[in-house]
Amino acid sequence: MSGPLRVAPVGCSPRRVGGHDRVTGFQRYAADIHLADELQARLVTIPVARARIISVDTRAARQVPGVRLVMTAADLPQPVPRFGPQFQDRPVLAVGEVKYHGEPVAAVAADSKDAAEEAARLVRVEYEELPAVFTLAAALDPAAPLVQDAALRPGDPLAGTNVLREHRVGWGDVDAATADLVVEHAYTFPIVTQFAIEPHVFMAAPDADGIAVWSSIQHPYWLQKILAGLLDLPLAKVRVLAPDPGGAFGGKQHTKYEPLVAFMARRAERPVRLVLTLEESFQAVRRAAAEVRVRTGFRTDGRLSFQDIEADYLIGAYADIADRVVGKGSYVGAGPYVTPDVRIVARSVLSHTLPSTAFRGFGNPQVNWAVESNLDEGARALGIDRLEIRLRNLAHRGDRFIPFDTPADGAWEQAVRRAAELIGWGSPLPPGRGRGIAVGIKSGPTTGLSYATVRLLADGSAVVYAGTSDMGQGARTVFAQIVSTELGVPLDWVAVVMGDTAVVSYDQQTSASRSTVLMGNAVLRACREIQAGLGAMAARLNGLDASAVIVEHGVVRLPGRELPIIDVLTPGLGPLGGELIGNGEMRKDAEPDHPLGGSAAFFEFNCTAIEAAVDEETGDVTIVRHVTVSDVGKAINPLQVRMQDEGAAIQGLGHTLMEHYVFDEAGRIRNLGAIDYRIPTSMDLPLEMQSDIIENEDGPGPYGSKGMSEGALLCVAPAVAAAVRDATGAVIRDLPLTPERVWRALRERTAR
Amino acid sequence: MRESHRIAFNVNGRRRSLDVAAHHTLLDVIRDDLELTGTKECCLVGECGACTVIVDGRVVDACLVLAVEADGAEITTVEGLAVDGDLAALQAAFLDTGAVQCGFCTPGQLIAAHALLAENPHPTIAEIQEGLAGNLCRCGCYGQITEAVRAVAGEIAP
Ligand code: FES
Ligand code: FES
Repeated sequence: MSGPLRVAPVGCSPRRVGGHDRVTGFQRYAADIHLADELQARLVTIPVARARIISVDTRAARQVPGVRLVMTAADLPQPVPRFGPQFQDRPVLAVGEVKYHGEPVAAVAADSKDAAEEAARLVRVEYEELPAVFTLAAALDPAAPLVQDAALRPGDPLAGTNVLREHRVGWGDVDAATADLVVEHAYTFPIVTQFAIEPHVFMAAPDADGIAVWSSIQHPYWLQKILAGLLDLPLAKVRVLAPDPGGAFGGKQHTKYEPLVAFMARRAERPVRLVLTLEESFQAVRRAAAEVRVRTGFRTDGRLSFQDIEADYLIGAYADIADRVVGKGSYVGAGPYVTPDVRIVARSVLSHTLPSTAFRGFGNPQVNWAVESNLDEGARALGIDRLEIRLRNLAHRGDRFIPFDTPADGAWEQAVRRAAELIGWGSPLPPGRGRGIAVGIKSGPTTGLSYATVRLLADGSAVVYAGTSDMGQGARTVFAQIVSTELGVPLDWVAVVMGDTAVVSYDQQTSASRSTVLMGNAVLRACREIQAGLGAMAARLNGLDASAVIVEHGVVRLPGRELPIIDVLTPGLGPLGGELIGNGEMRKDAEPDHPLGGSAAFFEFNCTAIEAAVDEETGDVTIVRHVTVSDVGKAINPLQVRMQDEGAAIQGLGHTLMEHYVFDEAGRIRNLGAIDYRIPTSMDLPLEMQSDIIENEDGPGPYGSKGMSEGALLCVAPAVAAAVRDATGAVIRDLPLTPERVWRALRERTAR
Repeated sequence: MRESHRIAFNVNGRRRSLDVAAHHTLLDVIRDDLELTGTKECCLVGECGACTVIVDGRVVDACLVLAVEADGAEITTVEGLAVDGDLAALQAAFLDTGAVQCGFCTPGQLIAAHALLAENPHPTIAEIQEGLAGNLCRCGCYGQITEAVRAVAGEIAP
């Protein structure tokens, strides 16, 4: 018999679990799944940012052969149900007013895509266009129209403004602080979109007393809760199936059109399937734009005396998770530095734009861009090296750099020194070249709850149940490697089951780079339970006391000898076979008095160093070398860590160099879709990309790991802009650094 | 009434004949009629490469070709790359170099790389990057994809 061979312990890089199906085309993403008798849905939208809906005439649409349902707000329960992860403000379909370009007014379901498309075109919406606010300045104007009805915000003192919430955090006394040098500037960050290559997909199939919903979602259990509330069903009767997303990047965290297809499917009494076009995805998810004003106070030796940060984020017409993005993203705004006095004021500003949501980095890149750039300004003014000023201020392990949060949990200076070394900081450069260096930090999850189950089957193979979504980060591989290590199971004998709320236990969410730490620990604990069961078996079989048996790293140790697990499992289970079951729970409880509701489970720390060349004639920026170093605690799968870091770095180059939404004068998005909105291709890469990691096994995850999927994106922009400035002297405080913007800055530099 | 046409072509070596609507793209037919869902759909305007297939030896975006135009053609999709259940060298190299994260762009990347190697068995890095410029990967696997193609071309140790 040819048995399995490969145990794949942590620290090695076996082929991705699920990789085989991804290279053969057999991986089933949400859009590849069809349901018997399904209807195809299309959304009906109008080409305005804001309008009063006068009437919706569905007669012509209903005449199209094959059309089974034309749904308007009037066909929904009244008042039209609203939902959202933070505020229940988003209606299932627009009610009375369209508040952003792309907000659906109606939806059609038909036997074929063709019929649905034709019918969607034939729905006549009569409307009156209304003035829209789609910039921070316009939304904050005291005379601006209110995006959200004040009645939806009872008891909220800000209800008469477009500020949804203001987040204040700080320590010391910035107003009383003194400094030898104060540098003050404003920086802007554009609206960019997640642009997962997989479209967003939503399907619903009602049954006798419940509903099943398929979605390309990251947080199936959160969706389940929202649907149960909207449909008045027990959780047990809402089954969410969440196939591995084909890229998500935060954009697939939260409920979007699942409630709509659920109501449609119930009304049509047939499954309903909605696949968004890329253009519709652009109108469904994006990152918040921001304007950040920073006042940084320095001592002559470069030490920070205070940081005073004001950040306005342009969120959309509905909150989605955007206000949390603002609160949590700005919270670590002062960076990984020891600063005696800090004040951070961040505002979530509503506008007539599509709701912004989570996007890798979660509100941090916006403030990081400003704070790191301002630090460079201070270094220049003081004549201190830009690497040196960072090292002088950096928190060291154990420093309470945020006085009421987790102390610095890494030897961060190692990452900074490593990045500097790799980029050759301080060595001579040819003319026209420059270097930049920046650091980024992000607070990991502040609360969490993950359950895992591991079953060790009679033949020694194992099944892991984990409610994480594997959207490319490789969570399946990480969990399988933990099981392989602990139970001695070859990697290809481990099955990882995810994505079905009826089968897999609860997981709070897949976000904030949490899964290796939180679910990873739950999987590890489940393995520990199985190891305890094996120990008891071995003791019983050998007439020993349980304390004389140790089970670890896939073997059973008895006094004087060591057995493979299977040699204990087979006799231990006996002739009926069966299995050993282990359950693991990992919880990080809320801390009610903490400004974020909980301290950081860990910090993600990254240092990025860039060497850039600038074409003085065209303003084109070439990234000659891109160095990214993350403190990951322990790389359970080093190749996957590298892929996440390099992928995040490239995504960061997108918002740094090319990506941004363009609005017309009425607030419509002008560059919807792949032709007019460019993301990095194989032709836009750094000439050389080098990623490295710091491993001190000092994280809270299995084997000392930390979360790590976002760090390498956080500080790309300030590092690149600093390199451009170093190369040319051109100062740019607005992203992205398009050739036109760089060219203009070069002209201004010459004019000065 | 919508016009439909009877067409026939070979897909991954297998003869298929079917009625297709005149306005349906090759992508519609591959995914919806033939149920070969390995070929992906994203932008539908020829910009992302998720739908890349080989038609008569040429790389095309299946979203830009009408199915009727492929009448009589020889078509290869990602499902046709493995030989007798064994991964092709390129597929294995994608896994070994780490060229697959979410995997959604992977079928298109593999097909484009396969065609590139058929035409130019020893491409330079620049030629690979240029040859695959039409295939977006939002996970940012570009460096690893290039590495995989070079490994198969024998330029670097696999
Ligand atoms: S779907 Fe065909 S190129 Fe994007
Ligand atoms: S692997 Fe995710 S888009 Fe390429």
